[in-house]
Amino acid sequence: MRARRYLAALGLPGIVWVALFVATALYALIAISVGGLDPILLTPVPAWNPLHWSASTLQEVGTALKPFSGSDWMVFQRTVIYIAIALAGCILVGYPVAYYVAIRARRSKGIILALFVAPFLVSYMLRMLAWVGLLSPDGWINLVLEHLGLMSGHQPLNWLSGRSVTVVCALIYGWVPYFILPLYASLARFDQRFLEASRDLGAGTWQTFLHVTLPLSKQGILAGTVIVALPMFGDFFTNALVSGTASTAMVGSLINTYAQSQTDQGLAAAGAVWLMALLTLLLLPYLRSSARATAEVAR
Amino acid sequence: MSGSGAVSPVPQSPTWSTRLRARPWGGYALAGFVVLYLVWSLAPVLIAFLFSFNHGNSRSVWQGFSTEWWTGPGSVFNVAMYHDAILHSFLLAGIAVAVTVPVGVSLSVFLSRWRGAAARPAGLLATLPLVVPELVLALALFFLVTKLLHFISLGTPAQVIGQVTYILPAVVVITRGRLASIPSGFEEAAMDLGASPLGAFRLVLVPLLGPAILASAIVTFALSIDDFVITQYMSSSSATQSIPMVIYNSTRGSATPALNASAMVVALCTILICGAGYLVYRILNRREEIVVPEAPAEPSGLGPAVGEGAW
Repeated sequence: MRARRYLAALGLPGIVWVALFVATALYALIAISVGGLDPILLTPVPAWNPLHWSASTLQEVGTALKPFSGSDWMVFQRTVIYIAIALAGCILVGYPVAYYVAIRARRSKGIILALFVAPFLVSYMLRMLAWVGLLSPDGWINLVLEHLGLMSGHQPLNWLSGRSVTVVCALIYGWVPYFILPLYASLARFDQRFLEASRDLGAGTWQTFLHVTLPLSKQGILAGTVIVALPMFGDFFTNALVSGTASTAMVGSLINTYAQSQTDQGLAAAGAVWLMALLTLLLLPYLRSSARATAEVAR
Repeated sequence: MSGSGAVSPVPQSPTWSTRLRARPWGGYALAGFVVLYLVWSLAPVLIAFLFSFNHGNSRSVWQGFSTEWWTGPGSVFNVAMYHDAILHSFLLAGIAVAVTVPVGVSLSVFLSRWRGAAARPAGLLATLPLVVPELVLALALFFLVTKLLHFISLGTPAQVIGQVTYILPAVVVITRGRLASIPSGFEEAAMDLGASPLGAFRLVLVPLLGPAILASAIVTFALSIDDFVITQYMSSSSATQSIPMVIYNSTRGSATPALNASAMVVALCTILICGAGYLVYRILNRREEIVVPEAPAEPSGLGPAVGEGAW
């Protein structure tokens, strides 16, 4: 009995913390999105009581995001396309790296892992700052292109003024370590004897990869994809640093812009609620397959 | 000649050995790709470091070597904005570690040991920030602080609350992974032998959780130093700017290479602190392998399974 009370006491601070700063905070976000406006200050007023909820702000943002006709539909479409390409890039770059380190690397594994963790210790912003320097009109990227004769006669390219290529590449550069890590963890755990069995049964390297390794790494790829896709949907800072132009704005930039103005904060909240609803829909298949995988492991 | 075919029952076998000999080329290509990846991922940062030694105001054109941005009047340590932000970053990280680790570890003990209805919803709530984009959590916390909990002011207190909430799931995932490999029988045995619940926790669980606690501290520190969105939303004025905020606000402007230097100061300190922490972690783990040889090699390390273990 004493032990039970003790355990409850251990859990209490954490429970109070998440109840207040996760549950209540998310409720506050919803309350703002369904709240009204202060008649004088025009700042959003939260509707704490569900009986006073009004859908007008949510509707306003929903109409703007409406497929094909809404004023922000372009932004939404762009977000999905950018993120889809960035995710494909993360898989193309990240999978071979995770595969090599987890399965092939022998003596070099320690040093590769150390170099691989380094980007996590160097802040995301510093890594973006580095690229802003390289991509400036007078930066080293243009210098290299010039030396290679790829820019003869042209003005130096301004990579940092609203180019989709730059934004997508920056997203890949920024988030790919976060994709590799869970994938590596999942690949490192898998039983190498499967590979030996496949070889013993006569499969070649490619066949083994296609029919054994790839299917077995599906869960890891999925986990990595979810882990980078979620923050990309809320990412406004990458975009702001390497483009900063409305022509490449993403959903995250939109919400952030609204949040900066006192009177538009209700729209920011509504945008965030819509985003969460969308992400929940996208996440459901993953949650289900992940739960199934966990259940299989537990059996 | 026809008889020799019957001797070899596995006709693929020679093909396989040929492939085995051919394999290194594929292996070299893959290894080359990994090297290219590492260069691509780290070279820009090293170049940014180099530019902090530029002799001139540019962060993109090399004008010769100088240490003016490290020692001169316009250097990191002499411009208030930079050194204040560096100090603020470390202040936030220190408080975040001091709050997140105890709250997260004790919450994890509760979540994995409690037999009751409260554990499941509490566990879901504690890991919810993993599946919420940071921007959404930042907005939610911003509204909570400005519209409901007026006694919490934007600035350092709100920034700490935001960072702790954001980092707590990582600590819970790391610690629960470790707890899963510690049978609850250990604490029960300690209590049967006369230890108080507190004694069982302190004398049995805490030492066994040592590596997980350390890993949590390292991860918390790194995440706090790196955090931008929540720290920005919870800030009040330029006095509560962290280094990522300074970078965000001045990268596209005409900031001097002192900006690069300030970012590098924080990065180098983080690498040193986390590297030292990792060495201690290795020592703790090795010592434990000697004491408990059959301890499962749980990947409770530097959070590779963050996000995965949540479900």
